[in-house]
Amino acid sequence: MPIWLETAIRSICILIGLFVITRILGKKQLSKLSFFEYIVGITVGDIAGTMSVDLGISLQEGITSILIWSLFPVAVARLSLRNKKFRDFVEGNSTVFIKNGKILEENLKREKYTVDELLEQLRKKDVFRVADVEFAVLEPNGDLNVLLKREKQPLTVGDVFPNPPREKEPQTVIMDGMILDEPLATMGLGRGWLKEQLDKQGVAVENVFLAQVDSYGQLTVDLYDDKIQVAEPQEKKLLLAAMKKVQADFELYALQTDSQEAKVLYEKQAAKMTELIQKVEPLLRN
Amino acid sequence: MTVASQVKQTLASLKGIHAGLQQLALASQDETAQRTFHEAMLSTEEIIAELKDRIGRLEFEEPQYHGK
Repeated sequence: MPIWLETAIRSICILIGLFVITRILGKKQLSKLSFFEYIVGITVGDIAGTMSVDLGISLQEGITSILIWSLFPVAVARLSLRNKKFRDFVEGNSTVFIKNGKILEENLKREKYTVDELLEQLRKKDVFRVADVEFAVLEPNGDLNVLLKREKQPLTVGDVFPNPPREKEPQTVIMDGMILDEPLATMGLGRGWLKEQLDKQGVAVENVFLAQVDSYGQLTVDLYDDKIQVAEPQEKKLLLAAMKKVQADFELYALQTDSQEAKVLYEKQAAKMTELIQKVEPLLRN
Repeated sequence: MTVASQVKQTLASLKGIHAGLQQLALASQDETAQRTFHEAMLSTEEIIAELKDRIGRLEFEEPQYHGK
């Protein structure tokens, strides 16, 4: 067998093997790389690289070493799932750097962190004043996470509206002009409904690049031809406007009527409508 | 336009609102939203019933505009 052929076969086999191994190692490795896992990854790659080029190494030796290097982290991960103490030992503990707004110098020293580095990490989190920080912790993977003081935290929807309407994830129902039946069924809708909605907006399925249904059953579409204007869904806004109009009507009738009995009735209905509008307005506004 | 026909228009709008709320109650995925829309729908039903009653009386008072 010529040398190039052997190298090629080896390389392809190792490539496939590495692919399988990375699948087994899973996604965690990517998101949260500890120093140990980092080194293991590099070593596995290095062994594989050497094995595919250096024909002096027998396949037996290489495969044994690769298996040990790649299966050991899997075993460690399995064990640390079960045992908290083992996990702390393997993955390390987090270190608190700022508590109650005060820097803990002892902990900085223990992690060999200078004040400059701390400030740099804080700036990465858009914090320029240490005084704004209530709590900061150095995670085992080297990230610094920061909890700002309450008054310095960004405003959220919950701060403004006590009970904001909940929203579920939207479903993509058309991709590249093809109707996706499964997401449609998840929303409890069908092709008939979709056709109707598309007709309402005046577009054909073939012209739609992407269409999504939000959690209130509203359809938004993106067309291949960006010059065509598509109306935004208006149903909720129209409904709210209609409710406001009816409420105003009742108030008007209450003023116009001469009959005392009718006046009371209209006023009561106007009040009911106001209450109703208050109840559904947060849901209809967006 | 007479009072009776104005009130009838309002009744029609109310029926439209009722249908819109019902549709939203069915189409919404979130349970609280569903319930809110459903409750709102039920209260519009109440108002519709009261208004129908009132229209009956108006037509009695203005028989010349009956049915318009």
